[in-house]
Amino acid sequence: MPTLSKRFSIKARDYLRAGEVSIEVQGILKKIGFDAELIRRVSICAYEAEMNVVMHGGDGTLHLFVDTDAIALVVKDSGPGIENIELAMKEGYSTASEEAREMGFGAGMGLPNIKKNSDSLKIDSEKGKGTLVAISFHQPA
Amino acid sequence: MELAQIKEALKANLIVGEDKLGMKIEAGAGGDLMSDLLRRPMHGVVVLSGLNNMQVIRTAVIAGVAAVVLVRGKEPDQEMVSEARSHGLPVLSTPFTMFTACGRLFRQGLRGLDQKLSE
Repeated sequence: MPTLSKRFSIKARDYLRAGEVSIEVQGILKKIGFDAELIRRVSICAYEAEMNVVMHGGDGTLHLFVDTDAIALVVKDSGPGIENIELAMKEGYSTASEEAREMGFGAGMGLPNIKKNSDSLKIDSEKGKGTLVAISFHQPA
Repeated sequence: MELAQIKEALKANLIVGEDKLGMKIEAGAGGDLMSDLLRRPMHGVVVLSGLNNMQVIRTAVIAGVAAVVLVRGKEPDQEMVSEARSHGLPVLSTPFTMFTACGRLFRQGLRGLDQKLSE
C-alpha cells in the first residue's frame, strides 16, 4: 500500500461544506483499498473531528497520514480551546451552539465517538490557544 | 426487505436512487442526532430523519447508511440531491411523521438496531 500525507483546510461555521474533507478522506482510503471496517472507523473519526472544528474551532486543518499498516489524523484549529478535556470526553457533555444543534450535532458525542472508533486519541488544548487532536488507527493483521 | 417495499409502505417519493429499488434493507433507524448514526455499523440500514439538511446526507455517506428517508414530506434541496446522487445514496420523502413511518416499517417486519433484551 502506498504511503501518503495530505493536508486539508476546514472552515469554521461553514455548515454547507462541513463534512467534505472527511468524505474526501473516505474516498482516498477506499481507493487505496483498506479494509472496509477500518475505513468506517477512520471516516467517522475524521467527520466528528471536522465537525468539532466547524462548530467550535476557528479555521483549522486536517492532516491525513497513511502508512502501510497505520493511518493517522491530526486535526488542528485556532479556536477557543477546550477548557476541561475530561469533561469534554464525557458522553452528553456539550458546549455546542443552537446553530450546531439545529444541524443535528452538539449531542456531546463527538470526542467519545472518536475515542470509541480509534486505537489512540491524544488531545492537546488550552483555553484561548486552539486545539490539536491526534488520532491513530492500526490496520488489523 | 427491498427498498421498493419501503417506498411502498411509506407511500414515499423516490428522489434519488431509481437504480437502487432492489437494494436489500436489513434494518431501520430513526433519528435527528447525527452522532447517534455514527455510533455503529450502518450497512444495510435505512435511516429515517426529520432533519432536512446537507449534514444528514454527509453523515449517511460517512456512516455507510443504505438509504435515507425524510419524514413529514420534507424535500431535499438541489445541493443535497446532487451530493446524494454523487455518492449513490438513495433518498426518499414520506408524508408520514417519524413515529408513523417507523411503525409502518416495523409492522412490515423491518427490525431496529436494538440488541435483544430480556422481557
